[in-house]
Amino acid sequence: MTSHTLSVLVENTPGVLARVSSLFMRRGFNIDSLAVGPTEIPEISRMTIVVNVDELPLEQVTKQLNKLVNVLKIVELDSHSAVERELMLIKVKTDAQTRGQVLETVQLFRAKVVDVATDAVTIEATGDAGKLTAMLNVLEPFGIREIAQSGRVAIGRGSRSITDRTLRAVPGTQAG
Amino acid sequence: MTEQLTGAQSLVRALEHAGVDTIFGIPGGAILPAYDPLFDSEKIRHILVRHEQGAGHAAQGYAMVTGKVGVCMATSGPGATNLVTAIADAHMDSVPIVAITGQVPSGSIGSDAFQEADIRGITMPITKHSFLVTDPAEIPLVIAEAFHIAGTGRPGPVLVDIAKDALQAMTTFTWPSELALPGYRPTTRPHGKQVREAARLIAAAERPVLYVGGGVIKADASAELKVLAEMTQIPVVTTLMARGAFPDSHELHLGMPGMHGTVAAVAALQKSDLLISLGARFDDRVTGQLASFAPLAKIIHADIDPAEISKNRTADVPIVGDCREVIADLISTLQKQASEDGIEGDYAAWKAQMLGIKARYPVGYDKPESGLAPQTVIERINAIAGPEATYTAGVGQHQMWAAHYVDFERPRQWLNSGGAGTMGYAVPAAMGAQVGLPGSVVWAIDGDGCFQMTNQELATCAIENIPIKVAVINNSSLGMVRQWQTLLYEGRYSNTDLNTGPESIGARRIPDFLKLAEAYGCVGLRCESEEDLDATIEKAMAITDRPVVIDFVVERDAMVWPMVHAGTSNDAIQIARDLAPEWDDEDL
Repeated sequence: MTSHTLSVLVENTPGVLARVSSLFMRRGFNIDSLAVGPTEIPEISRMTIVVNVDELPLEQVTKQLNKLVNVLKIVELDSHSAVERELMLIKVKTDAQTRGQVLETVQLFRAKVVDVATDAVTIEATGDAGKLTAMLNVLEPFGIREIAQSGRVAIGRGSRSITDRTLRAVPGTQAG
Repeated sequence: MTEQLTGAQSLVRALEHAGVDTIFGIPGGAILPAYDPLFDSEKIRHILVRHEQGAGHAAQGYAMVTGKVGVCMATSGPGATNLVTAIADAHMDSVPIVAITGQVPSGSIGSDAFQEADIRGITMPITKHSFLVTDPAEIPLVIAEAFHIAGTGRPGPVLVDIAKDALQAMTTFTWPSELALPGYRPTTRPHGKQVREAARLIAAAERPVLYVGGGVIKADASAELKVLAEMTQIPVVTTLMARGAFPDSHELHLGMPGMHGTVAAVAALQKSDLLISLGARFDDRVTGQLASFAPLAKIIHADIDPAEISKNRTADVPIVGDCREVIADLISTLQKQASEDGIEGDYAAWKAQMLGIKARYPVGYDKPESGLAPQTVIERINAIAGPEATYTAGVGQHQMWAAHYVDFERPRQWLNSGGAGTMGYAVPAAMGAQVGLPGSVVWAIDGDGCFQMTNQELATCAIENIPIKVAVINNSSLGMVRQWQTLLYEGRYSNTDLNTGPESIGARRIPDFLKLAEAYGCVGLRCESEEDLDATIEKAMAITDRPVVIDFVVERDAMVWPMVHAGTSNDAIQIARDLAPEWDDEDL
């Protein structure tokens, strides 16, 4: 099985998240991560869904998703032609001796410290899954107290927009 | 100034605009505001049923015979949840219905208010789409969209849940000129390239089969199918959902495939080198063990729902489109291919081989030494009522016998619960069909188990002048389960004896279907021997002013054959217990 990132444009209506997640449950597909947020068009939301499935079940997932009336468009993004990011907040144990090393790690991974206490720092890190895992490995020895991680978001490289044409199809909405 | 009206009035007006002439339903607290303006509607007949499940199946029956969208209505909470079985059934069998449910006032939603149930959440996996309306201004648009979604593309059930306060509030009415459904664009026109590819495969095939599913009936494509079959001389099989899509009397028709399919239909699929699947979905009841299903065949799979294609069996040529357009395009492409390129298939040897098997293994049964054979009952109803009548069935042995022993000659002649296998479908579906086809003959072929699940609708039928005819094939048991117990559980009949039979078999005749029929204002008849069979059926046919219930007391050990046991290969089809067809060397 391989990991696939789907960008799903949906109408911004109540219940749409439930429809999507209910479909995954009903058809027996597992969601690795799911992130939902608004787009540049108020009527449209974007879901980034990461699923771990083979090619054929992936085709089924896509077809079944496409059948949902509120789903407007589905694009599979791969890491070569898209930028993929996750955001992680990490609370790491520190003391006077280790703080320097922790801050050095933060620098190395181009993360930043967003909160400091006498015995801990909270780090904000963004990146792809590989970078975040690497960073966690380095921080592990200091003692990780808590992690909060977002789902993956992704966007295709280049000037093309997946919302352009979808937008025109939504009556009553205007570009810009 | 724009006319002000209540949300409830807006709802009724919207339903009228959507072309609704019949609603099956039951009022209750949350939907009550809608029933007041409904009382005044001159365009809509509301039929008060006795259980909401009956309303749902009746809407299905109405939809199946008319081709229109059926409508059922219920109140919140238990009223709505009682619709769930029928909604699930409509979803499995792609029947266009709109279910309208009252919901508790919007301010109370989520508070576990009296008769509150999250019916939209409950039905999410079994509806094509659903709406929750809390703003009365949305009612006309939602109704228009609900009917559009239910009736177009792959048809299915749509739920419209309306909060009580939205029905009571004042609003204005505007019937929408266009719908706001940017995410709903079913593909009906097949892709020319795919059709040409299919035509090439058909011409190159030696043993093709037209594997016809319910989509052909939904698409009203029977006439086109007949042209295609006769032009190409390719044998046809019709699934349980497609009985009637191609005339049973036609030479090229090999019958129904699947678990209880004919030997010829099952053999044709197993030996075929090309399945042309039209509006079918490779259901497990057709394929048997998937890995050994039609092992030599390439697959052309045409369906209006892209998600059905390659779901169970990978298609070599997928075609997304409406069956009628697909078949019409196939016909013209095959004709063009033959006239311009001189490429044409020749299936004469294959056809002869299959017709040989069809002749050698007709569906048949042995009459019992004593008592009435259930198959004979259905054969005689078929002979007397004919293909002009509409037939509904419940689920089980009687359903399979009806599928075999009624001659299906026209689409929409046969209504049953195929995918969901809902016991109790027959009576309410017959009720809906009879309302959709007033003046015609509608037979519900039911079992004694199924009949007891929904027979309260006989009251509706009697009071509303819906003169259906119910043939209870009474073997005093849950017959199909009993058959499996006979074959697979050494005859240990755990909880399958229903005691509806006569004392002579040690049963207690509870309930007595004659008395039950009479109690419901219907004519009750009983037939226990073959001598009385025709006379009883003719008597029922002569009664047109009331529903008729006939208790056909049949022999209980009759079994449905042929049979492919669940999960096994179609190659292991049996024509009777432990009896496989004898294949000639040339057959296999």
